[in-house]
Amino acid sequence: MAHLELKDVSKSYGPVEVLRDINLQIADGEFVVLVGPSGCGKSTLLRMIAGLEPISGGDFLIDGAHMNDVRPRDRDIAMVFQSYALYPHMDVGRNMGFSMEIRKEPTETRRSKVAEAAQTLGLSHLIDRLPKALSGGQRQRVAMGRAIIRNPRAFLFDEPLSNLDAALRVEMRLEIARLHQKLGSTMIYVTHDQVEALTLADRIVVLHGGDIQQVGSPLELYERPANRFVAQFIGSPTMNVVEVEGGETGVTTRNGTLISVPRTSDTRRATALGIRPEHLEVVDLNQGDLTAVADVVEHLGSDTNIYVKVDGIGPLMVRKHGNIPARSGDRIGLRIQVENAHLFAPDGTTLS
Amino acid sequence: MSIMRRRHPLFAVGKYAALLFYLAFALFPLYWLLKIALTPDALIFSEGTRLLPSAMTWSNFSAVLFATDFLAYFGNSLIVSLGTAFVTTLVAAGAGYAFSRFVFAGKKIIIAVMLITQMFPLLMIIAPIYKIVADLGLLNSLTSLIVVYTAFNIPFATFLMQSFFDGIPKDLEEAAMMDGCSRFQALRKVVFPLTLPGLGATLGFVFTAAWSELLFALMLISRNDAMTFPVGLLTFVSKFSVDWGQMMAAGVLALIPSCLFFIFIQRYLVQGLTSGAVKG
Repeated sequence: MAHLELKDVSKSYGPVEVLRDINLQIADGEFVVLVGPSGCGKSTLLRMIAGLEPISGGDFLIDGAHMNDVRPRDRDIAMVFQSYALYPHMDVGRNMGFSMEIRKEPTETRRSKVAEAAQTLGLSHLIDRLPKALSGGQRQRVAMGRAIIRNPRAFLFDEPLSNLDAALRVEMRLEIARLHQKLGSTMIYVTHDQVEALTLADRIVVLHGGDIQQVGSPLELYERPANRFVAQFIGSPTMNVVEVEGGETGVTTRNGTLISVPRTSDTRRATALGIRPEHLEVVDLNQGDLTAVADVVEHLGSDTNIYVKVDGIGPLMVRKHGNIPARSGDRIGLRIQVENAHLFAPDGTTLS
Repeated sequence: MSIMRRRHPLFAVGKYAALLFYLAFALFPLYWLLKIALTPDALIFSEGTRLLPSAMTWSNFSAVLFATDFLAYFGNSLIVSLGTAFVTTLVAAGAGYAFSRFVFAGKKIIIAVMLITQMFPLLMIIAPIYKIVADLGLLNSLTSLIVVYTAFNIPFATFLMQSFFDGIPKDLEEAAMMDGCSRFQALRKVVFPLTLPGLGATLGFVFTAAWSELLFALMLISRNDAMTFPVGLLTFVSKFSVDWGQMMAAGVLALIPSCLFFIFIQRYLVQGLTSGAVKG
């Protein structure tokens, strides 16, 4: 268990700067998810915390101790790799107990700890198998077993679920959440999947282009995104963003519809309006703010997704809880829940 | 699979016939070697190209083993080949690992130079090599052969080893380092066991190359007691006659270590040659 601190940390490969001035405090026992599109530097950041990638600038501290030049083996951090990285020539038991083998702990202690971890993860019957004789989910469990057996100061996960099929991913996600509850350890988790981020995290760090875009709890990010990137990255389905012209009391869409948005800050600076699909209401024709034509209707049972086209604005997506009898080609009215709408300035920042 | 059309039985016959033909073609020289070795001297020329001799004898073998210096040549070859194989594999493993894992200044140039050394015809550099070895006072020594063979085999062996290291995911080493290994421990405990097939393949390849090398051995060795086996074989050719029977017997005996070596490393080799190519 540990408190991690990144101060002005940066990383460059030659002239290419991949991470800039990263400042982040991770509290003891916190579950932090680093999320962002591929190439945003999230895995590099994780590898720098692990010690597998040198830190180009800034400081990294664990419990106040400077870690920049400490070797991975001396940081007392465990990592679960995307590829699982199980040692192919060792059976499950030896894979899990390898760290203890290296530290020359007595065979008896090793065996009982391995047995205990195997029990926790439901791997007891596989202890003598080689990794090649395991399924993807089982390999994933072994990789996690290898990490928890060490009782490290912090756990790092590098997209651990991306090689699993959808059903297994949900199952393992739950398992990781349970593990965190049980161990109460500091965990840092890298993913590009915002669903994983929203469901697992105490706090989410959104990275894009080498910068931290926003740090906050899942709900904060969903309800109060700091900028247009976060707004569109977090939340599924993606937020609709419409180009608008700012005015005194509201904004005007390109087809001339005036939408009054109550805001304290200057709405005149707004150039885009963001509205999540679940915050667009389907109303009778000519009752709402916009008139739309349903393009594709997806009935998911619990929800209905309607892809609509609005003249002069373009395509939007509407999500409605439950089933509605809309069909492709129908003309419907849409009402924007202005209290849930977001306005963005030309540089992408949110106007509160 | 179930959609696959059932092949005509003639196809199978043809396939096996082709395999059989190839096998016969490849093995015929070996058969001829053995046949001549077992044919009594008197019958070699009189019976011509008969497939089976009318009489067989072990006398060529006993003559080679006990009446000639064959055993000494054999021993020399063994020392040279094993020496070369081990030194080359050791250096190639180190170099291959560095090429596969590290980024360092001059890496591309070194690789390019190593490739260029493979492009010269050996005949061109025999004279300079002779001069260097002579100046070092190493003529007629097995050491000179080990040094020269090692130098010539290292580039290819390095590329071979590099491809095996490339086939071992970097994650494994990193996982080992997270688990508490130093880089060297990770190498020894995780990478080395996984590279055994590659090491076996490289050892085998270099051993055979050194075992059958004639040109340098011929140029650098003239004293009888330092001759390797391929040079020694030429002593069966005298001014007026060639002792075919003994020469072939010696040839058969020379195959034994190569065969034993390959039987020993075969399971690594098969695994090795494929794993380097496809394992991700």
